[in-house]
Amino acid sequence: MDIPQKYKQYTKKKIIFGIILVIILFLSAIYALCVGDYRLTINQVINALIGNGTGNAKLVIWNIRLPRIFAAITAGASLAVAGAVMQCILRNPLASPFTMGISHGAMFGASLAIILLGAGGAESTGRIFVNNPYSITIFAFLGALIGVVVILLLAKLRGLTPEAMILAGVAMSSLFTAGTMLIQYFADDLQLAAMVYWTFGDLGRPLWNEIYIMVAIMIPALLYFIYRRWDYNALEAGEETAKSLGVNTEKIRLIGMLVASLLTSVDVAFLGIIGFIGLICPHIVRIFIGGDYRFLIPISALFGAVLLLISDTIARTIISPIVLPVGILTSFMGAPMFLYLLLRRYKK
Amino acid sequence: MILSVDGVEFAYKSRKILNNIKFEVKKGEVVSILGINGAGKSTLLKCINKILKPKRGTILIDNFDINKLDNYVLAKRVGYVPQRAEGNYMTVFDAVLLGRKPHIKWEVSERDIELTHKVLKLMNLEDYALRYTNELSGGELQKVIIARALVQEPQILLIDEPTNNLDLKNQLEVMRIVRDILKSQNIASIVVMHDLNLALRFSDKFIMLKDGKIFAEGGKEVISPENIEEVYGVRVHVDEYKGIPIVVPI
Repeated sequence: MDIPQKYKQYTKKKIIFGIILVIILFLSAIYALCVGDYRLTINQVINALIGNGTGNAKLVIWNIRLPRIFAAITAGASLAVAGAVMQCILRNPLASPFTMGISHGAMFGASLAIILLGAGGAESTGRIFVNNPYSITIFAFLGALIGVVVILLLAKLRGLTPEAMILAGVAMSSLFTAGTMLIQYFADDLQLAAMVYWTFGDLGRPLWNEIYIMVAIMIPALLYFIYRRWDYNALEAGEETAKSLGVNTEKIRLIGMLVASLLTSVDVAFLGIIGFIGLICPHIVRIFIGGDYRFLIPISALFGAVLLLISDTIARTIISPIVLPVGILTSFMGAPMFLYLLLRRYKK
Repeated sequence: MILSVDGVEFAYKSRKILNNIKFEVKKGEVVSILGINGAGKSTLLKCINKILKPKRGTILIDNFDINKLDNYVLAKRVGYVPQRAEGNYMTVFDAVLLGRKPHIKWEVSERDIELTHKVLKLMNLEDYALRYTNELSGGELQKVIIARALVQEPQILLIDEPTNNLDLKNQLEVMRIVRDILKSQNIASIVVMHDLNLALRFSDKFIMLKDGKIFAEGGKEVISPENIEEVYGVRVHVDEYKGIPIVVPI
């Protein structure tokens, strides 16, 4: 077989991998709709989805499980893509919204909004509510932006190794965590409960309104990243090569970082910090299909969605009836993976 | 003239790297830039490519001022092979195909794939086509980045030390292939070279840089013991073997 044909077949394999992920995503969504404290059969689920079915099943599906599944898919996809793009832009395999401290910046901003603007809080029953999702998102974005500006400034300094950049990320996250704790210190009991709860990333929080916002930000961001896929491939080949191919590297970096942090901050504002999805998904996808951003972006999105949905389903059912926040689970999975990546770098 | 450089001056902060550089290159001409480390050779290439911006002077490509050309338009005309390259999780085919980027609007065309295939074949990279570039040896990777610049179909090709990572056989082979392609497609080329003998074998014209200025410029006669001693500070003997001049340090 000649090379172009072989190449096209190789490309087809990546597409098939994507299609398999779509199928897995669909099946795990169905499964996630069925399981939980209140078990439903597939028939009940389908009936509820098309508008028939009993009151209870309908209520559980439309008010509890479906928003949760959408939140998992949107957040998983957003974080994974933000991670993939940041790894390229910063030329750093350890980069992700979480490891660079951007998530913590968003967390700080969201906390500020809760306390200062009374944008959200907790009822005496312990339920967390958001009465002004826009101001929380905007504050979370501004918090994330502070993190981004610092990281970009540091990235501009020549000779900053990937490890040094991660250390800068650690410094940024402790700074933001300290800021968040300071705010917490002045909060009243209910606000404090809301904020502490907020630090565990949890998918059970958002209602349809918040999910609409998340989707409305994810879709254009995803389209933008896909539109820029060749520029990211060029950046992967090196700064000078990218420039010689006509890429305005500074502009691509800046806009990419801004869009990635916007994606991250919306998720943090509504769900809290969900760590490591953005770091590990692109790496796992690279193992399967390589680093071509034409495929890496959409397939990382799918993979992130699948991973977060399955993780959340496990978190919901593992010690049922207690529902664990999924952020705890992803950190348990992600931290060893992070160590593995670090070790592999040094082995070279 | 496909390229004319006139009065180019470049400085990092207050340190002058290039000073009043002026030369011209014809279509299909292979020009070697010679000089010691830090003489400004790579800087000069990067100025022609708009990777660096000179403080003074003009650079015309096909009579267009490069400062007035859009980056993508420039990228269609000028290819660049950097000194160093790193492998990643991209296949050799994709890494070379990337050179078509300035020509690609939304998705790759059949022609892009055909051209990539053709260059892979010319560079003897066919067997590696679907291997990741981070699995390649230094020499193979060097061939990949040269292939990438060739697939760009430039009018001018800038190459920074093409034979850095290559063994003797590959040095000769790669230089021969590149020269054949340059000549057959009438591409002008500026090559930074360290190996004087290789430069003598494959170039039409020579530019010697010393302290950021052009010290000597011209045909093979430029490579004289006097000039080399002046530029490199090394005493050599220039001999001839079957019509090809060779430089032997004494």
